[in-house]
Amino acid sequence: MSIRHGLMALLAEGDGYGNQLRTSFEERTGGTWPLNIGQVYQTLDRLVRDGLVTTVEPGDGDLPPQARTLYGLTPTGRAEVVRWFAEPVSRAPAPRDELSIKLALAMGLPGVDVTAVLDAQRAATMRTLQALTSLRHRHLAADPASARKPWMLVLERLVFDTEAELRWLDHCQATLDPTEAPR
Amino acid sequence: MRFATAAPALAVHAAWRIHGAGRLAVTALAGVSLEVWPGELVAVMGPSGSGKSTLLNLAGGLDQPTRGDVRIMGTSTVGRRPAALAQLRRRHLGLVFQELNLVGSLTALENVALPRELDGVPVRTARREAGEALEAVGLGHRADRFPARLSGGEQQRVAIARALVGGRRLVLADEPTGALDTSTGDEVLRLIRERCDTGAAALVVTHNPRHAAWADRVVFLRDGREATRSDYGAEPFGAARPADRAAPADGRGLSAPTAGGTLGAPGVEGPARGSGELPLAGLAAALEAPR
Repeated sequence: MSIRHGLMALLAEGDGYGNQLRTSFEERTGGTWPLNIGQVYQTLDRLVRDGLVTTVEPGDGDLPPQARTLYGLTPTGRAEVVRWFAEPVSRAPAPRDELSIKLALAMGLPGVDVTAVLDAQRAATMRTLQALTSLRHRHLAADPASARKPWMLVLERLVFDTEAELRWLDHCQATLDPTEAPR
Repeated sequence: MRFATAAPALAVHAAWRIHGAGRLAVTALAGVSLEVWPGELVAVMGPSGSGKSTLLNLAGGLDQPTRGDVRIMGTSTVGRRPAALAQLRRRHLGLVFQELNLVGSLTALENVALPRELDGVPVRTARREAGEALEAVGLGHRADRFPARLSGGEQQRVAIARALVGGRRLVLADEPTGALDTSTGDEVLRLIRERCDTGAAALVVTHNPRHAAWADRVVFLRDGREATRSDYGAEPFGAARPADRAAPADGRGLSAPTAGGTLGAPGVEGPARGSGELPLAGLAAALEAPR
């Protein structure tokens, strides 16, 4: 995805300044995707050019610092946000995943110990899962309310992905060695 | 985090377990070594028949190695009589199984007190210890309930309290999350993790990577041997609960848990831009980096 939809989704909540949008985006996602401010303004400019976003005159109550521009969604922009949320995300092209390709090439290649490849990957992937689990545990222990934070869902996604990779590695090992009883 | 003690709670050294002899000999375990120190949670994974159960039986003193050594709290199980082994188990070990083996006609409190009463501890003392153990797993308010009136997760917590009652410091668990859903299973591991963070030691056999990942160390077995292991390393889980630990003399253990620097566990470096408030900053980069 581009950050276009991210910024537009935030604007669906209400008008905002560029720096506000950036802060809000990073808070929601826990900082997994840091944005630089130039990128944010460049994207907003393009959205304005495309008629999805417009600059807004601040209301009487607002006293924005000089030279700051308040942005808001146009009706077209609002419709685009609705469409974005309604449409499922398409999977990244899995066949280009380096690990899948490495395993596919390793199988049957003379001089490559596929089991060793699997074991090395298993230890590394488990270590990632341990790191993620530890991070999640520390946040939850420090503040139980973090369980319901938007960024915790981002973290959970990584946990599930990593867990799936370990299960897939087990599956590869079982396929390689049919004497190994499946679970 | 490993606590500084003289000996590991459990030490398995080059342990072999061979059933039968000659051409019919079946090697269940072929030279496995591992240690579990106070403060550590170690997970064992591997396919069926890889030697997980054999290892757990050796660790629990329920079986003895054909070759090699197994020490529970510094005492070798090798060559020991059954009565001496039973005493060693009773004094130091708590077992948690997939089948919880709670006694249905006893309350939660009575279930937890039972092993202490069998130890010969006076009933009043046993019940006080049981009450403390239930408090430690957050079930003080369920002490008078019978197992049938507890949820699956609560029953598992009673089993963990029973495993650690009366100064037992080593927990051996065999698929402790077997029949539980994901979040209840996580809860069981969190509980074992917290018991370890306050000085217990645990060896957990599980097939679930999500649950194994709570461990300081994950040992993968295949064909009775260690195939690989994943050592998480320094200061992994403990940092969230510094108050539970004796603070080091320089007070290092008391830093705020969510401040940028303390997220700097191996593999997950702290925020890159000094923006300590963002809980996941730097995570993506750390996970993409070669390990």
